[in-house]
Amino acid sequence: MLEQTVSRVLTCIQCGKCTGSCPESGKTPFNIRMLVRKQQFQSAIDEAIPWYCTSCGACTLRCPRDVKPSEVIIDIRSLLVEDGQIPLAVQKALENTFTQKNPWGRSRAKRAAWTENLDFEIRHVSETAEKRLLFVCCIQAYDPRCMVIPANVARILNQGGVEFGILGEEEACCGNEIRRIGEAGLVEELQEENKGNLQEYGVKEIIALSPHCMNALKKEYGDMGIKVSHYTEVVWDLINSGALAISKPFEKKVIYHDPCFLGKQNGIFDAPRNILGAIPGVTPLEFSRARETSLCCEGGGGRMFFEVETIYQRNAEVRVLEAIAKGADLIATACPFCVMTLEDPATEKGQVVRELSEILMEVL
Amino acid sequence: MGERYLQEKHVLVVGGGIGGITAALELASCGVRVTMLEGGPSIGGRMIQLDKTFPTLDCSSCTLTPKMVEVALHPRIELMTLAKPMGIERNGKGFSVSIQKRPRFVDMKKCTACGACSGACVMKGRLSDEFNLRLSKRAAIYIPFPQAVPQKYLVDGDGCLFVSRGKCKKACVEACETRAINFDEKEEIIESYYDAIVLAPGFDLYDATEKREYGYGSLEGVMTGIEFERICSVTGPTGGEMVINGKTPKRFYFIQCVGSRDRQTGARFCSRVCCMYTAKHATIVRDRVKDAEIYVSYIDVRAYGKNYEEFYKSTQEGGTYYIRGIPGDITQGEKGLLVRVEDMLSGELREIEADLVVLATGVRPRKDTAELCNLLKVDRDEYGFIRTDSIAPSRTSTKGVFVCGMASGPKDVPDTVASGGEAASRCLEYIGEQ
Repeated sequence: MLEQTVSRVLTCIQCGKCTGSCPESGKTPFNIRMLVRKQQFQSAIDEAIPWYCTSCGACTLRCPRDVKPSEVIIDIRSLLVEDGQIPLAVQKALENTFTQKNPWGRSRAKRAAWTENLDFEIRHVSETAEKRLLFVCCIQAYDPRCMVIPANVARILNQGGVEFGILGEEEACCGNEIRRIGEAGLVEELQEENKGNLQEYGVKEIIALSPHCMNALKKEYGDMGIKVSHYTEVVWDLINSGALAISKPFEKKVIYHDPCFLGKQNGIFDAPRNILGAIPGVTPLEFSRARETSLCCEGGGGRMFFEVETIYQRNAEVRVLEAIAKGADLIATACPFCVMTLEDPATEKGQVVRELSEILMEVL
Repeated sequence: MGERYLQEKHVLVVGGGIGGITAALELASCGVRVTMLEGGPSIGGRMIQLDKTFPTLDCSSCTLTPKMVEVALHPRIELMTLAKPMGIERNGKGFSVSIQKRPRFVDMKKCTACGACSGACVMKGRLSDEFNLRLSKRAAIYIPFPQAVPQKYLVDGDGCLFVSRGKCKKACVEACETRAINFDEKEEIIESYYDAIVLAPGFDLYDATEKREYGYGSLEGVMTGIEFERICSVTGPTGGEMVINGKTPKRFYFIQCVGSRDRQTGARFCSRVCCMYTAKHATIVRDRVKDAEIYVSYIDVRAYGKNYEEFYKSTQEGGTYYIRGIPGDITQGEKGLLVRVEDMLSGELREIEADLVVLATGVRPRKDTAELCNLLKVDRDEYGFIRTDSIAPSRTSTKGVFVCGMASGPKDVPDTVASGGEAASRCLEYIGEQ
């Protein structure tokens, strides 16, 4: 009997559904179907190619033979990681995560720095009655553009009467991107550390701020008996039940971009749209590629930590151009990686990108 | 076994498609009494919805209608429409069956199928026509399609204002010269003994709304193969004109294996008919829309039957582009639908514009097959198709119960006809044993 992953790859019938679904195949040298084919025969693969994958998951979600092409990419990457044949920036991100528990290598002691300007105190989760944890995510704990997001969500939850706590400097990277880079050993370490804390502090519920963290905690930590939600689900429940009242209108045309890890990979399409729909004055617009067919922003799969060739048009630019063509005043999304990738071409073209919590802060 | 002996035997055939029709006619021609139950208002099944059959491009209703009429006229066949088995008990070698017969609200002896009632109905043009896959509208009193057997009108109880709400001016009753309409008609339960049962419940088609990436149900211009079949048919919503949403499409894109060979939808099997019905569709388009641009996306073309490979070749010769590669998704572009596909034989990733995308949806067991099998304690396979004996492919796990057609697994028309014959002969073997 062949190893399960080997026999799974051998069942690929080269139907091309993956390539037709892939946000990288076609425009770059990356061809997901071809890589699966090469993997069937263990043929040599150009070491630069596997790094184009954004882990958007469309291929795996749609593959009729359940070959899981995006997992094949992880297998290929893990061999490259083992051999050390990886881009320097990836190497650096892994080292940083090993030492500081975040890919950017920022000081672990500063992980709760985003709480400093809040006018209320956020307790450690162990000191809360309901043991509800706000899982912050590395980029939102450190990146100056994204640090506002946890602060916003904390204010919103506070206003909605939701008791929660954080892990502060004890929070380690969730490992979602690290797993997709192919460093399984490090993922295991990160998971052990986080799981240990969750267990020790008796956490009963997790509200994840990033869809990437939500995905990992929900699907890749094994059964912890802990309910994991994305913050947009919680906020929508608060608005829907009347616990959170929207007090101001927001007279804008808003086009919503579905993050892959929130939408296609975890089926959360409606909560963010419902929140926008509940704000008076908002004219909601839709991209031609929305919901299940949403175009990946190219921020996943480790792509936040390194640059690939820039000669190809960025998907973020395609998104921004469509938003402008549709007359959107701003692009809303609910993922820090999407905010970062979209904002780059948006700023250049005079388009505005807002994380949902930023819009909420203006209307609550 | 003598003919007189068989004349005392009575077989129940459940389902009035081409499989059930074949079995019933063969049994009756051997002298057996047959009762055919059809759940709908007319026999004919799926085949009568088809415009043409592959690979000969014969007119489907021209082939089937005479057989349907033969069933209706055969002295040894009793046809019951709007009927299904409710309870079945083993009784010796045979079965005691209770049949539920829903009211038609039209006296079949009096109805002349003149159509005056339908013209007078206040719901005229307001109810979705199931035969045309909801692509057209009908009245509450109607005949399912022009060649329906029996050639009798019926009242759709859910759509009729009088039946569902008890309030209507009943213009149909006034319009009917033969006074055939009878709203007092009630559901009947009929108890009877049968020496054997042939199951021919047929199939459903995969629900393409599940494939969100193809936008069926949300994108205008994406339809299923069976819907396209109705568009092609002269008895269809457009009278056979290739017109969709008021326009004749010029760029056609056919996608095969939608819900077949697909673990994501729990169907690892090949539906066996989609490759050829797609080739047939492409051929029909080529014939009727001279300047059409036609693409077919495929994984493998399975042209295994007699003259199938030749038909595939002639479809290509007619100017249909076969692309090896299944599209990832379909979205609305500025000048039409955008189909994203890798033409893997050239290695090119393409975005092809189309006016119409037809999804070759795969086959599924009919939803009510499970209920039927539970009544009879007949085993089904992992997909819900009726399990059969490999060396007697119509024999089920219950003695005296036989199956034909798609109910035991995907089959095209010739194979379904063959299976109907096989079921009839196994059935004769069973009831002839003394």
